[in-house]
Amino acid sequence: MNVMSKDVDAGLTEKISVRNLKFYYGTTLALKSITLPLYERQVTAFIGPSGCGKSTLLRVLNRMYDLYPNQRAEGEVLFDGENILDPKQDLNLLRSRIGMVFQKPTPFPMTIYENIAFGIRLYERLPNSEIEGRVETALQKAALWGEVKDKLQSSGLSLSGGQQQRLCIARTVAIRPEVILFDEPCSALDPISTAKIEELIDELKNEFTIAIVTHNMQQAARVSQRTAFMYLGELVEFGDTKKLFTSPSDNRTQDYITGRFG
Amino acid sequence: MALDIARYKRRRLRSSITIGLCWAASGLGLTILGVILATLLYKGVAGLNPKVFLEMTPPPGSDGGLLNAIAGSLVMTIIGVFVGTPIGILAGTYLAEYGRYSKVSSVIRFINDILLSAPSIVTGLFIYELLVRPMGHFSAIAGAAALAVLVIPTVVRTTENMLLLVPNTLREASSALGLPQSLVIRHVAYKAARAGMITGVLLAIARVSGETAPLLFTALNNQFWSSDLNAPMASLPVVIFQYALSPYEDWQRLAWTGALLITAAVLTLSIAARWLGSSRSPQ
Repeated sequence: MNVMSKDVDAGLTEKISVRNLKFYYGTTLALKSITLPLYERQVTAFIGPSGCGKSTLLRVLNRMYDLYPNQRAEGEVLFDGENILDPKQDLNLLRSRIGMVFQKPTPFPMTIYENIAFGIRLYERLPNSEIEGRVETALQKAALWGEVKDKLQSSGLSLSGGQQQRLCIARTVAIRPEVILFDEPCSALDPISTAKIEELIDELKNEFTIAIVTHNMQQAARVSQRTAFMYLGELVEFGDTKKLFTSPSDNRTQDYITGRFG
Repeated sequence: MALDIARYKRRRLRSSITIGLCWAASGLGLTILGVILATLLYKGVAGLNPKVFLEMTPPPGSDGGLLNAIAGSLVMTIIGVFVGTPIGILAGTYLAEYGRYSKVSSVIRFINDILLSAPSIVTGLFIYELLVRPMGHFSAIAGAAALAVLVIPTVVRTTENMLLLVPNTLREASSALGLPQSLVIRHVAYKAARAGMITGVLLAIARVSGETAPLLFTALNNQFWSSDLNAPMASLPVVIFQYALSPYEDWQRLAWTGALLITAAVLTLSIAARWLGSSRSPQ
C-alpha cells in the first residue's frame, strides 16, 4: 500500500508510518508532505544537509515539538496503527514508548544510579532490589556497566562525554520503550566513543525499532538497514541502505552521497 | 607602512588617562566603603559585650542591651522569608516554565520589576493601610507581612533567572522520558538551578534584614521583650534609627553596635550567597 515500501522484503512490519506529514515553524513549511515507514526492529537512518528537516521529522515522532509554541504538524503518524498527532494523545505515555537520545549528552544533575532509576520509578512501583537489577541491565545494555559499577553514587556529570551519552542511552532503555530515536548521537563524541555507540545501536535493534539522524554518511551506511535522504524539507529517496548508497535512483541523492553538495 | 606615530601616541595617552580615571573612581568607591566599615568597627566594637545579647533595650541613662531588638528582627525576618519565599518561587517557576511563552508573563515580569525597585517605604505604607489600620494597632505580624512583600520580587526574579539558565536540552531530555512537566520542573530543573535559587533567597534575607522604613509603619518598636505577634515588636533597624537620633550617649553607642551586628550579618549572608553561586552554578 505504501509506494515506497515496494523494495522491501516481506515479513517486516511497519512500527511507525508517517503519512503526508507537513510541519510548520510558525508559517514556515519545514516538512513538505513526508511519507515513509519505520520498520520494526530495524535501524532507519535520516541523512541530508543541514536544515533539510531530518531532526524536525524525528522530533515529530515523539511530539517533542509540543514543548514549543507556534510549531505544528499536519498529516498522520501512525504508531502501531494509532495516530500520535491526535490532540487527545497522552504525550507522557507516548514518550515513554518512544524514547529519544539527543545530540549533546544530557545527564540529569543527580547520581549515575538515580539518572536511570528515576525514569523507571516514574512508571513502575518496584521494590528497590528489582530497580537495582533494572539499572544494572540497562547499564549493561548500554555497555557502560563495567566502567561505572563501582561509582554508581557519583554524579552523572562526572562521566566523560562518551560515557554520558551511553548513560543517556541506558536511561532511555531502562524504561523499556518500543522505539528509540537518536538525534545525531555521536556528533559531540570522539571516534572511539562513536564506534562504541554504533556497536550499541546495532545491538539494540534486536529489541527496539530505531531511527537515527546523522550527518555522517559512513555512519548511516554502517548502522542502518534503511536510509531516507531528505533535502529542503522533502523526502528525496527512501530505501534499502545498501541500495541507496551504491545505486541511488535520484540524482540529488547521488550528488549528496558523493559529496558534490551539502 | 603608513603608521601615524602621532595618532598612535595620542591614542595611548587617551588610553592611559581613561585607565587612570577608572582607577581613581574605583579607589574612591572602595575608600568610602572602607571608611564606613572602619567607623562602624571602631564605634561598634566599643559597645560590644555580652550584655548586648543578654539584656533588653534600656531607658536612657541605664545599662542595657539589644536582645529584644535582635530577637524581633529574627522573628519578623524569618516569618517574612517563610511567607515570601514559597510565593516567590512559585511565581518565578510560573514565569520561567509554565508561562514562558505567554503574554501574561511579560506583564507579570514588568510589574515584578517595578515592585523590585519600589522604595520600601511604599511597601510599609501599603501594609499600614492593609493591616495596621484595620487591626487598629501596630504588630509584629504587620512587620513580617511588609518584609514578605519585599522578599517576593527578589525571589521571583532570581528564581526565574536561574531556571532560565537551565538548558532546554535538559528539559527536552526529561520530557523525552515521559516525565510530565511538573516532574521535569521538580526533579530536574530545580535540581539544576538549586544553588542559584538558594542564593536568591539569601540575598532576599540580606535585603530585608536591614530594612527600617517598612517596619516603622508596621511593627513600630517595643522597649520590652515581646513574643506576642499581635503586638508591636522591636527590631534592630528601628532601634538603631531611634537610638542614633537620640541625644543620649549610651543609646548612641548601642546604635553603633546594632549597626555593626546588622552589617556583619548581611555581609556573612552575601558572602555565603556569592560562594554558593560561584561554586555550584547551574550546569
